[in-house]
Amino acid sequence: MYLRLNSDELAIKDIFNSFFESECSVERVRSAQHEGFDPKAWERFVETGAPGMCLPESSGGGGASLTTGAIVADLLGEYIAPLPFIEHLVASRLLSLLNPEHDLLPSVASGEKIITLALKPTSGDTAKIVPAGAIADAVIVNTGSDLILIVGKDSDSYLRNTADLPLGNRSLAEGEIIATGSAALSAFNRAINEWQALIAVALTGLGRKAVDIGVSYAKERYQFGVLIGSFQGLQHGFASSITGVEGSHFLSSRAISALENNTDMAESLSGMAFLFASESALNAAATSLQYHGGYGFAEEYDIQLYYRRAKGWPLQLGDPGLEYQRIANLCLPSGKVA
Amino acid sequence: MDWSFPSEAEDFRIEVKEFIAEHLTEDVISSTHDGTIHNWDFHKKIAERGWLGGAVPSELGGGGKTALEMAVMVEELQLAGAPIDGMGVAIVVASVILELGNDHLKETIVPKLLDGETLVSFGYTEPDSGSDVAAAQTRAIRDGDEWVINGQKMWTTMAHIADYVLLLTRTNTEVPKHKGLTFFIVPLNTAGIEIQPVHTMGTERSNATFYDDVRIGDEWRIGEIDGGWEIMKAALKYERGIAGGQFPSPPLIDAFLEYAQHTERPDGVPIIDDPVVRERLVRALIDVEVCRGFAYNTAFLAAEGTMFGVEGSMTKLFASESYKKHSKWFIDMAGSEGLLYLGEDEAPVGGLLDEHFRHAPVTTIYGGTSEISRNLIAEGLLGLPRTR
Repeated sequence: MYLRLNSDELAIKDIFNSFFESECSVERVRSAQHEGFDPKAWERFVETGAPGMCLPESSGGGGASLTTGAIVADLLGEYIAPLPFIEHLVASRLLSLLNPEHDLLPSVASGEKIITLALKPTSGDTAKIVPAGAIADAVIVNTGSDLILIVGKDSDSYLRNTADLPLGNRSLAEGEIIATGSAALSAFNRAINEWQALIAVALTGLGRKAVDIGVSYAKERYQFGVLIGSFQGLQHGFASSITGVEGSHFLSSRAISALENNTDMAESLSGMAFLFASESALNAAATSLQYHGGYGFAEEYDIQLYYRRAKGWPLQLGDPGLEYQRIANLCLPSGKVA
Repeated sequence: MDWSFPSEAEDFRIEVKEFIAEHLTEDVISSTHDGTIHNWDFHKKIAERGWLGGAVPSELGGGGKTALEMAVMVEELQLAGAPIDGMGVAIVVASVILELGNDHLKETIVPKLLDGETLVSFGYTEPDSGSDVAAAQTRAIRDGDEWVINGQKMWTTMAHIADYVLLLTRTNTEVPKHKGLTFFIVPLNTAGIEIQPVHTMGTERSNATFYDDVRIGDEWRIGEIDGGWEIMKAALKYERGIAGGQFPSPPLIDAFLEYAQHTERPDGVPIIDDPVVRERLVRALIDVEVCRGFAYNTAFLAAEGTMFGVEGSMTKLFASESYKKHSKWFIDMAGSEGLLYLGEDEAPVGGLLDEHFRHAPVTTIYGGTSEISRNLIAEGLLGLPRTR
């Protein structure tokens, strides 16, 4: 048992912290608001090797573990970076699992091409509200029986949204079936689990930063002649927020670890971490926003960016109520009334 | 990060599970429902395995169970709903005496504590000092070789079955409140001590204890005169990881699952097939997994030898607050039958839903209220100004 980052991991964290600091400052995040994507930052990101870091070396990737990817995801959350790192990581691993020889893999591994996946099964001719759909060069779609790969970019597909995310609707017309059958669908399911666990990690980073923004404000703002951070009403709200965020840190870390080791709990822990992180991150952001008073609602202040992403990132998967039911079906028995 | 326990801890987990299967009988569990909290037979069985002594740190002469092995044991006992308050007390008090006590205390009390023969009740809280524990007013005044003690303690739980009380007293009124405190371990059969029951809505019996010119020799003092706060800190240090409180919900969830799976709602649908019920059950299971993350983190820190504070406060805050929420959900979801009192023939799962609902509120109070926990987190982790 070792529940800290080791020295190698700390070095990786330092490198990416510097990267996000210079390429994903809050000014850059704001200037990428329209499409929710910063192409220049992605270019620099490509230079670090991060887009393909968690792909097997045989597919041209860095061969790093999901745990290493999670270090980057945590920072991505902290900086609310406008980069499709998580979707790209998960979709490229799926593609490599389905076909390690696929033509697209080298350019995906380098990050020259961005790949994503439609999170929800698509029965019609359009995959709707695809994460990173407006900027991706390739999209994997699950039709319920087949996995379809759409190659090509469609920036007109961009949909304005709550959280400034590069969402897009993507037509299946140009797509080709790349895999079919139960093995393909379980590979897709595994990709969703990875996405959930990594989003949980990112939401944890987001939540921690949201608490930090609120606490920093409370240490500067005077009302009634005293710092508002001296009021227990605020202190207790912050304490509850950070407790939720720390809980989400441990749970998402266990989910990543379970995925890495392929344990029986991997699927349920990923879903649980995702649901818990969604609530604790939003709670943290909403609490800090509230404690800004009117300024919290003003565009000029950063906390609203965190509040909107804390909702937007997880809701891409759909109604969390349905996710609770899915986890229930994994973990709970059904009635046995005599 | 590596979340796996070392193999000796996993082997020990199996041993503890086998122990539970053999000794945590229905009788033991039901004996704890009558308010006594403690079960001597079960406690002695734990002692016979050497687990009380094993939990005492080896540098104090204990049996060298690792922090991770202790975490596994405390987790498994809590998941099974075993009575472990006495176990925690025995380990904590024995450790404090071994570190800071005199030879008299080491010889008189420690062997009996670790053999499961005796218990020590905690005498910190008073009618006018709860969270503000350092404001204790129970006076101890030196008289030759003896001390004369006068005052009153509240929530001296288990005092009626214990032989001693770990008593926090004021020996100096001329200095700041933390600096005028002295601890004694007082035999409860000393003349001048009266124990009165305090019955609680959670069925548990606690006590108020009264001290009227109680005379004891200086050999019963533990720690320096006016150095009581060091004893308090030592007790808190040894309590970490041992005292439990990380997994209050699993026995309740298990009980509700059993009920919900086998009972129909008025419209004929099994309770467990209701989507609202299923979502709440998943939320409760998630909270338990969060508790597990917190508990394993504190176990890791203890194993590393890191002193922690805020991490313990977060664990306690989250576990107790979520348990209180669960106890409300589960009694609701049983409908009006949920109201039936522990032991009523028609009560769901023997009335456990009622019992947990009545018990849960104390868990966000004892051992540090949620409000004190939030203060400590705000100050210690977030650097916000101290307000007390």
